[in-house]
Formats: sequence, structure tokens, C-alpha cells
Amino acid sequence: MTTTADPDQAAIPAVSFDTDPSSYRHWTLELDGEVAYLRLDVDESGGIVPGYELKMNSYDLGVDIELYDATQRLRFEHPEVRAVVVTSAKDRNFCAGANIRMLAQSSHPWKVNFCKFTNETRNGIEDATEHSGQTYLAAVNGTAAGGGYELALACEEILLIDDNSSAVSLPEVPLLGVLPGTGGLTRVVDKRRVRKDRADVFATRSEGVRGKQAVEWKLVDEVIPKRVWDETVRERAAAAAARSTRPAGAQGIPLPPLQREETEQGIRYRHVEARFDRPLGVVEITVHGPEGDLPDTVERVHALGADFWPLAMTRELDDLVLRLRANELELGTWVIRTKGEVEDALAFERVIVEHSRGDWLVNEIRHYFKRVLKRLDVTSRSLIALIEPGSCFAGALLELALACDRQYMLEGLLEEDAQEGEPAQIVLSDSNFGAFPMSNGLSRLGSRFYGDDDHVAKLHQETGRRIEAAEAMELGLVTDAPDDIDWEDEIRIMLEERASLSPDALTGMEANHRFVGPETMESRIFSRLTAWQNWIFVRPNASGPDGALRRYGTGRKADFDRKRV
Amino acid sequence: MSIDYSEKIPNNVDLAGDRKLQRALESWQPNFLTWWKTMGPAVPTEDVYLRTAVAVGREGWAHFDHVAMEEYRWGVFLAERNADRRIAFGEQKGQPVWQQVPGEYRADLQRLIVIQGDTEPASVEQQRRLGETAPSLYDLRNLFQVNVEEGRHLWAMVYLLHAYFGRNGREEAEALLQRNSGDLDSPRILGAFNEETPDWLSFFMFTYFTDRDGKYQLGTLKESAFDPLSRTCEFMLKEEAHHMFVGTTGVDRVVARSAELMREHDTEDIAPHGGIPLDVIQKYINFHYSVSLDLFGSEQSTNAANYFTAGLKGRWQEERRKDDHVLTEDAARIELVRDGELTTDEVPALLALNNDLRTEYVSDCQSGLKRWNRVLEQGGIDARLYLPHVGFNRDVGLFSDHHITPKGDLVGPDVWEANRDRWLPTEADKTHVRSLMRPVYEPGRIAGWIAPPSHGINDKPFEYEYVHFP
Ligand SMILES: [Fe+2]
Ligand SMILES: [Fe+2]
Repeated sequence: MTTTADPDQAAIPAVSFDTDPSSYRHWTLELDGEVAYLRLDVDESGGIVPGYELKMNSYDLGVDIELYDATQRLRFEHPEVRAVVVTSAKDRNFCAGANIRMLAQSSHPWKVNFCKFTNETRNGIEDATEHSGQTYLAAVNGTAAGGGYELALACEEILLIDDNSSAVSLPEVPLLGVLPGTGGLTRVVDKRRVRKDRADVFATRSEGVRGKQAVEWKLVDEVIPKRVWDETVRERAAAAAARSTRPAGAQGIPLPPLQREETEQGIRYRHVEARFDRPLGVVEITVHGPEGDLPDTVERVHALGADFWPLAMTRELDDLVLRLRANELELGTWVIRTKGEVEDALAFERVIVEHSRGDWLVNEIRHYFKRVLKRLDVTSRSLIALIEPGSCFAGALLELALACDRQYMLEGLLEEDAQEGEPAQIVLSDSNFGAFPMSNGLSRLGSRFYGDDDHVAKLHQETGRRIEAAEAMELGLVTDAPDDIDWEDEIRIMLEERASLSPDALTGMEANHRFVGPETMESRIFSRLTAWQNWIFVRPNASGPDGALRRYGTGRKADFDRKRV
Repeated sequence: MSIDYSEKIPNNVDLAGDRKLQRALESWQPNFLTWWKTMGPAVPTEDVYLRTAVAVGREGWAHFDHVAMEEYRWGVFLAERNADRRIAFGEQKGQPVWQQVPGEYRADLQRLIVIQGDTEPASVEQQRRLGETAPSLYDLRNLFQVNVEEGRHLWAMVYLLHAYFGRNGREEAEALLQRNSGDLDSPRILGAFNEETPDWLSFFMFTYFTDRDGKYQLGTLKESAFDPLSRTCEFMLKEEAHHMFVGTTGVDRVVARSAELMREHDTEDIAPHGGIPLDVIQKYINFHYSVSLDLFGSEQSTNAANYFTAGLKGRWQEERRKDDHVLTEDAARIELVRDGELTTDEVPALLALNNDLRTEYVSDCQSGLKRWNRVLEQGGIDARLYLPHVGFNRDVGLFSDHHITPKGDLVGPDVWEANRDRWLPTEADKTHVRSLMRPVYEPGRIAGWIAPPSHGINDKPFEYEYVHFP
């Protein structure tokens, strides 16, 4: 195989995120009462695109799409599962991380998207442990290298088999000239509290660390002799399950395939639609508010399951965000609207608020919406909310607008519907004050008004009230509030102007503005580790024809430009 | 509120049918009138014989009558639209012109319009007190005509800002009234527009040289791919021609009178005889010409290149040029100073567009000099007026760090200082010129330092009562 072709010239293949356990090629999901086993068993010839073999349990985007699907289904379809063991079905080989040939042949956007998605899935694993009472344990039954060890790092506990050969390692720096970019560097020091000098040694030693030293350096929690491996893993899983707060006897709800209609002009789901304006590089996304009856009991919510509007809408939005990010690179601006009754949106939200403590499903839905909002936060597209009459940016849905880089709210009515209808309104609810934190740990309002707690407190007094454009402007909730005379021109010019700016500069600018204030491990993974990784990815030392990534496996050494930058 | 818009604000932009524009102009107009009353002509008048633009057709676009100046009907006119017009230059050459502002160029177009718009009221402010010393009613009327038309040009630019640039445009339109010529806190954008026009010789020089820069700038904007800007500028050029005429004939008449006095008294020193000596006229030419050259910006400009490539601003008479109108492969020669010598250098044509426009301007300016020298010749005077070298007395561009004499010699600071009073108006020169500025308001009479015009306005005689006082 040759890697001399310039990967950035290759066409980007279209990606679908649809899958389910019966069609997994790389994972098996085995349910054993309170414990689920996710076994990685990568099909070497099952790459999502041609050109490489997934040897040594290495993964590509396709493998990770299945992992994401499994983590979602465990949360919604299997509430009885209290501990999830991530392990390998291959002998002496846990996981070799992201496939190198895949990385070498991939274009820059593909690599970046792949890393972002895998990061989000690993954050989701931690989220399940923290908020769903589904504790993930890594049963590292063979060598875990690079992304393989990073997957283990996302789990609450790391158990390593003690067979005198299985090691954990982060060989990216010494072997590939890139970083362990899926949270590896960050989690080693941040989550596992490995001393920085040891972390430095670990991350430059390609063979890694095994046995007692791995425990001593806190790289794993426990090493377990081979002969007691299975039963010890079972015990640890059972112990984790015993700590869980999951209700007994809960019934899961199925996640059926999404109904999706794709055309040249866009994608349409039941509650979410996206229209493409290719000449302008814009996607117009509309999220439709709830329709149908409000469930009056939590039993009814369970009966509705995946048809319950908040869940259905969230799944669709999730899928849309993933598809647009992977497949529509040149649609650089996402215009987000909502359509529906403010009252209905608030009523559904009340159901969520009322039951999210007591009911596992409602709790899952809330956290799922939180994760999708976080996806928006780290999406490298310009996000613009248009708040027009007939929209329902209220409470949780208002978070969609607050996630955007700018918010435009129409003051008054457009001439054509001046006769009837009410002007655009937004409504704040408790949901806007911490129910859906960003990766920096702050609410979107907290981020927007960082350092001005008084104003946030003042806004808290305004919950439940309909706020029209002029007031929204005064309260700092929208960027601008043009009236009907200006609306069309202002929006058109703003979008055209946006489209003319450098996409790279916009990505950098937006990412800097979106995340203010404190950092968390999660935000550091995106803002620091990912940013550095993406820089390294475009440097010739990694991706040039003589760079480490492209030379890997050719038998030739990388030829580095020795200047430190 | 029902207003007859075509009566109040003559226009051909369907103001009556455009709510957005109505609202914008309605809130702007009172501020404009306040500005006109406080910053416009200082001499109170009853009415003035003025022309008002009322249409754009070939047959009679203007209407002449005595009107009270504050009731002047400042209108909004665009030259007629050519439905097939295509972009004549730059990267998008051959594509249809734009009827809307593309967002990508919003900031640049707005900037170009604001800079042009800023000069229009600036000259009214600069000339505010001139009416107090007008040499005749005819000249007073011409001054006011120029003033109201500069006011209308402001309207034209404000129209574009209001109609096409949204809220941002409205804010910029306000700011055009808030900056004032010579204001220390909030001056006009371009330096030359912050100098007072203290006397009528300066006024004629200003309308000849500085307004002519305006003409050339308008000429480049007339080529713009943004069609409403193009059409606006095309129509403004019609009025601008009169301003040039005031300058050209004004200097004609000063020169003619000076020649007459020189002959009469057989001396070059006609100052004691109430005339303006030729060397003072030459110094005024030197000053106004060099200051106006600065308005073209630096000879090498990436801004100008970007504007051209984007289709925002073309060259003078772009469509008559015989080249590819894209210029990415072309070169141009520009004059500069290197190693202590005046020389030329070859640079990419795109970077030399300011120089290109300035070259057109310079040759146009020459025609005035020819005219004035013909007046001298006919008056039996041997001395001649001339344009100084383009590098003389420059504050902007490649010559700004050097001293160059009017003849084009590169000299050191000592030579420059020693001769500056021979080349540029001195305090004594200015004082003398100012001392001649005495108002003459009786119909048919004229001040002693200037000859009467050969014709009146709109076939009226020179004696006509062009201005009534209260
Ligand atoms: Fe003008
Ligand atoms: Fe003018």
C-alpha cells in the first residue's frame, strides 16, 4: 500500500450513523443481568472506507459509530444495566487505537471530524457513569495502545491483565509524531492524577508500562493475574453495579431507526428539518416544537418512548448535527430556527423537570439533550439563531439559540402577517440556569454573562415570562432586534458577509468566544488537546510526504524539520 | 401620515412605494436641515436663482427658479438603469451587475460611500462664510448653487446607505452630519476637507482642483459593479460639471483681470492696484494642486487593487480601455525617488491604480492651464502659469518623504525652506488676497480684482438679480 497520494485531495465519503446491535461488525453487546459486556472484535476488512485493514483491533470511524450506538442503547434500551465492561474478544490484544493507515490516508477534515466524534463518545461514556448509574469498566485483557488505552481512560476503572506482556501505552508521540488526541494526555494527568514527569516518560515510551508499575503510576487501577481474570472482572463489575442508583425492574424503551428523508436540497425528519443553500454555504435548520398531546403521567412517557417529542427531537437533531458535520463541510453557517407554540414547549419541559429526578428515562432524555447541545458547542460552523414570530425558543429550546454565536430576533411582525399573529417571544425557564451545562461547567447564560452574576441573577427573576424583542435586546439575550423593514436585508447581508470570511479563522474565533471562564477536563480536551492535535495534523512533520504519520509502516524513518515552533 | 414624496423629495427611486426608505429619510431629513442651518451658508438670503434636479431624462433634467435655500428640494436621482449592464472589470468581469450589496463587500462598499459622502457636506462647511465677501451676485449665486448641489450629493450617498446598508448604513448616514470640517474632536475624514476656504481665489482653486478630484473619484465609482452606486455617481457627475465650470471660469476671470491691471499699470506688481499678482495665482495653483493630488492616495495601493479586483471601483473610463480589464498580468510604471534621484519603477498594474487615476486627472488639469495661458496671451502678457511637478509639496504617497521643487528637482530641506515662500502662498499673500475680499451685492457690479463673466446663468444677463436679500 502506498501513502504518497495527497489525502486532502481525495473525495470525502458520505457517512451514515445508523446502526443497531444486530448489524454491528466490530462489537458484540452481551447482556448479563446488571452487567453488560461490550467486546471489541474488529473485522479487519470492515473499514468504513476502502484502503486499509483494521488490524490488531484498531478502529476507524465505523467502529466508533457502533460504540456510540451501543452506549446510547445501553442507556435507553437497557436501564437494568448498571455496569458496562469494555473488553476485547481478541487474544492478547485489547485495542491498538485508531488505525494508522486510515489516519495517513485521510484528509484533514476527516481526521478532525473523526477525533471530535470519538472524543464525544468517550465523554458520553463518562457521562453515563456519572449521571446514569451505568459505570464503565475497562477490562484490558491484552495490549492497549494509543486510542485503545484512551478508550480505557474514559472508563471509571481500568483493570489490566497481568500476563507479563500486556501493557498500556500512548505511543503516538514516539511512533507517529502526533498526540494521543482522544483525551489521552489530558485524562492521564487530569483524571488519573499521574505525575507530570511520569506522564512525560509514559507518553514518550512506545512500549508503554505494564504490571505493578502501571498501578504504581496510577495508569491502571489494578493488575489481575490471568488465571483469575474472568472472575475478578465479574466481581469488579458486580461491585460497580451494586453502587448504582438505577431502579430495579425498569423496562427499557426501544430506539427504532430514525425516519429520515434525504434529498439534494436537505434532510427532513419528523421534528427537525434542514434545508441547504449551497451557493450561500448555509443550512437552514428548523426544530419543530411538540405536537400531540402532553403525556399526563410518567407511564405515558414510557409508553410513548422514542415517540415522546423531547426524545424524538433530540435524536433527530443529534443525527442531523453528526451528518452535517461529516458530510457537508462547505455549508459553513447553520441558521437555527424553531417553530411551534411557546406554551407547548414549556409544558413538555415541565414534564421533564418534574420527573428527571425520579424517573430514569426522563433523566436520560435530559442528559441526552445536554450532550447534543454540547455537540453544537464544539461544532466548527457559524451558528446563527433566527428568532421569528411563530418560534418557540422557550426554556430548554432557548438553549439552542444560546448555543449560537449570534441571535437575531425580529421586532414586531413581518408585513405579510401584520394582520394576525403575535410578535416573536422567548421565555427563560429554570432550564437555562444550569440544567444543560456546557463543557466548561457553566450554563450558556453563565457563559454569556461571565463575570456578571448579578445579571444572571436578574435574568433568573424573569423566568416564565414572555420576552419580546426590545426587551430581549435590553436584557442582552439577543445580538440584534431588527424590525420588519430591516430584517431581510440585515440577515441576508450578515449571512453573505459571514460566508466571505476565512472558514479557519471563523472556527478559531468561534471556539474562543464560546468557551469562557473555567476549564474542566472536558473543555481542556476540546480546547487544548484537540487544538494542538489539529495543528500537528497539518504540520509536515506529521502529514507531509516525509512526515511520521505517512512514513509509518513504510520502513523509512520520518524526516523531521527540526525547528521548534 | 401622508406625504407627497415626489413633491417633497424629488426622486426617481420610487420613494413613495418604499416604506423602509421613507422611514429612514424622514428621520434623517430634520437632522440634515438643522445641519444646513447651522453649518450651511452664513449669509442670510431671501431667495436665490437656483437650478434644481427634477428628473434624469435627456431633455431638461433641471429646473431654474428663485427659491428660498432652506426650501430647496434636495432630491434623489439615479441615472437610468441599463438592464443588460455587466461588470466591466475585475474577477467577476462579464457577470451581471449587482442590484443588492453582496454581504462579502458590504464593509468595503460602505466605506467607499462614506468617504465619498463625507466630502460633500465638508465643502459646504468649508465655504460657509464665503458669501459674506462675494465679488458679485452672479458669483454669490454660483457659490450657493455649488453648495446646494453638494448638499444633494450628500443626499445621494445617504440614499445608498439607507436603501442598501441596513441599520449600519443609517448610523453612518447620521455620522456624516456629526463630523464637521475642521472640528477638532470630529473632523472630516480627508485632510483637504478640513481646511477652511478663506477667500474666493481659494474657492475657485478648490472647485477647479479639489472638486475635480471628486469628479475622478465619482468616475471610478460610476464603473462599480454595484449598480445603484454606479447610477448615482453617473448622475452626480452632471452637476459636478457645473462646479468645475465655476472653478475654471473663476480663475479665467481673475487671470484676465490681473492681465488687464498689469497692462494698465505696466507692472507685475499689481497688488497696490487692487489686483492679484500672477505669482500669487501661481502659488495658489501650487498649493491646491498638490493638496488635491494627495487625495488620490498612495501611488501604490493594495486597497485600490482589491477594490478593482472585486469590481467595486474601476478605472476612469474603464470600458474604453483597450486591455483585459483584469490586469493580473499587466505592469505599470510609477515615478518615485530612489538613491536620491527621481526615477521610475515597474510595478504590477493592479497596485498602481491610484497612480493611473491621478495621471488622468493631471492631464485634465493641464487643460485649465492652457486656457489661462491663452487668456494671458490674449491679454498681451508674456508670463505663463504652469502645474508644478507631481512630487511637489506632497504629504501622501511615495514623494511625501522628499522635497521636490515645482520644476521637479529633488532638493534638501534647506533649499526647500529657503524657497518655500516663493512656491507656496505666504501669510502676506493670503492677507493681501483677503484684503481684496469685499462684498459687492449690487446687481451688475463686480469687485475690482476679477473680471465679469462673459455670460450669465441660464441665458440671464450678468446684471440679473440672482440673489434677493431679506
Ligand atoms: Fe459633489
Ligand atoms: Fe462638487
